[in-house]
Amino acid sequence: MPSLAISSERLSKLYRLGVIGTGTLHDDFERWWARVRGLPDPTLKVDAVHRPGHGAMWALKDISFDLPEGATLGIIGSNGAGKSTLLKVLSRITAPTEGCVRLRGRVASLLEVGTGFHPELTGRENVYLNGTILGMRKTEVARKFDEIVAFAEVEPFIDTPVKRYSSGMHVRLAFAVAAHLDPDVLIVDEVLAVGDVAFQKRCVGKMQDLTSSQHRTVLFVSHNMASIKALCSRAMLLDHGRLVADGDVDQAVAKYIDRQQPAATGVIPDNHPVIGTGEVRLRSVTILASSGEPVSELYLGQPFRIVFVVEALKDVKDAVFEVDISTLDGTYVTTSLSVDGTRAPIPLAPGLHTVCLDLDVVLLADHYSIDLGVHHSGPPWTMDFVRRTLDFHVLNVSESGGDRYFFDVKRGFVRPQGRWHVSAGPERT
Amino acid sequence: MTPATDQPWTLVIRPERRWLDLRLAEVWRYRDLIGLFVRRDFVAAYKQTMLGPAWYLIQPLLTSFTFLVIFGRIAQLPTEGVPQLLFYMLGTVVWSYFAASLTLTSNTFTANTGLFGKVYFPRIVVPISMVLSNLITFAFQFVLFALTAALYALGGTTLHVNAWVAVLPLLLVMLAGLGLGFGIIVSSMTTRYRDLQYLVAFGTQLLMFASPVIYPLSSVPARYRWLVAANPLTPILETFRYALLGAGSVSAAHLAYAGIVTIVVLTCGMLTFTRIERTFMDTV
Repeated sequence: MPSLAISSERLSKLYRLGVIGTGTLHDDFERWWARVRGLPDPTLKVDAVHRPGHGAMWALKDISFDLPEGATLGIIGSNGAGKSTLLKVLSRITAPTEGCVRLRGRVASLLEVGTGFHPELTGRENVYLNGTILGMRKTEVARKFDEIVAFAEVEPFIDTPVKRYSSGMHVRLAFAVAAHLDPDVLIVDEVLAVGDVAFQKRCVGKMQDLTSSQHRTVLFVSHNMASIKALCSRAMLLDHGRLVADGDVDQAVAKYIDRQQPAATGVIPDNHPVIGTGEVRLRSVTILASSGEPVSELYLGQPFRIVFVVEALKDVKDAVFEVDISTLDGTYVTTSLSVDGTRAPIPLAPGLHTVCLDLDVVLLADHYSIDLGVHHSGPPWTMDFVRRTLDFHVLNVSESGGDRYFFDVKRGFVRPQGRWHVSAGPERT
Repeated sequence: MTPATDQPWTLVIRPERRWLDLRLAEVWRYRDLIGLFVRRDFVAAYKQTMLGPAWYLIQPLLTSFTFLVIFGRIAQLPTEGVPQLLFYMLGTVVWSYFAASLTLTSNTFTANTGLFGKVYFPRIVVPISMVLSNLITFAFQFVLFALTAALYALGGTTLHVNAWVAVLPLLLVMLAGLGLGFGIIVSSMTTRYRDLQYLVAFGTQLLMFASPVIYPLSSVPARYRWLVAANPLTPILETFRYALLGAGSVSAAHLAYAGIVTIVVLTCGMLTFTRIERTFMDTV
């Protein structure tokens, strides 16, 4: 059985929220006084916010894992899940609040490429500087120097100040230094997202070389599930500082995607936060197929109707309705307003109203979501607006089965109604 | 699975580090980095300036001449029979080494947040390399002083260079230690209280007047002399002056006092610095 390279025991990291300012000295004194008397830290009460802006948050809580030598661990999770904090603690940039990590061998961390590059220095000088910052000895850099420069493809410019480098050259040189570190434990944060596509491929290749080595242990944080799957033998999913999955890469990735996309159902909670005056509130939304049935999946080109219910709490003279369709990552696909063209705003009496929208748009296969809004036609404008009220899915096949999108990779999101003509001869008809 | 405690781990990360754990061996392992930082500071400082390293010389020259006019001619402070220009120049050169070491190291954490947030190395490497690159400046300026002194000697002024010159390297180490010690204490405090940053700038300015830079210790009224003498920089400045110009006073006991203060300040500095470096990223 291979021996362990990393062993983490209930690792936790607490961040104090709020600004450092005139209250800091007071807090520090309180903390010190409590420590002198042997009491627990009074400012460390999580969730018990005793003054506005003076709370604390566990960025990591009880993270325990053992990693054998030679393993490649992918760390995934949404923004703020604690991935970066974990890497920072493991790379000794900041100390944990509780718990303990033990590591074996030389540890190198790569949280950024080109850390400490100085624009006035030449490429050569920066390779030495950056290499030693990352923990190499000068002789070691000298030994690997030619290899580094060759990998970065910057030989002709190696004695030029790096401020004259293109950003691509800059990044290539920086990655090359890091890639030749040769540590026992390597900690990497999303640095692959650099350079042009060709260079990215070489970076992934180099990463694969690094990770396939028998004795090298790699920890790798990325938002790119494809590279996690390609590089890692094991994955760990973090959520709000807690370890929620550890083990099989495919399972962890599936769990991550699952958590990323909780399906919106079309029911808008009564107590939803209102962006606007709240005179009219959005209540629910459904998508109806041509048969009149509510659906969450549409065939390519299938006509559909968006139906939503609003409740006017007051008499409103000039309501304007808005329906946005966006992809799940937030890219707007299209927007329709009830005043598009020169149509007039709609008066609403107090009570419930049903709004129907037939949208003449052919969406290409993807997951989409509907944002709804209701506004005045003038200031103060918005009465209510809710993002992601309902998710739906468009299939890459028409209802009859005969029609599909031509290319493998989608170009854009909608298919316009094109009228094509082909005629013989050079003249336009 | 083997129990984790039986294995020889090379690195253990815990919330608290023992108080006296200064990890000097680790600093030694990063000595190449110190060298490269010094080189970087030297090369980068004067790139794209017209006069380049000549700035090293212009600074003390202008300061000495200003002092000459204001304190020598207008205020007519005594200089113990030493040519005024030499007196002020030596004072300025020695003082600026201390002052520059202090002010440059005092913002170690705040000025290097970007670097410290991305990679680990013993943070003390940065202030150490700053004190060392200041030594280059000092060397340039000291040569300027030596040349000026040589000109005076050719002009017939007798300079009383004596055997105390032998302790000057030690004094330089003490100056470096004091500058570094105070600097890292301040830098550790500024991670939480930025107020100190403003204090340091004019604090060093004021400290200069409380040190025998523009006046000899002997000219201080006896009632206040203990106050100036309590300043650990006083014996260092006085000995420099005595060794090279034959003016001023030398007292082994007073120097020993400065040495002890240096060791205390440096130790306190290292202790606070190594504590702060572990968590300062959370507060900066």
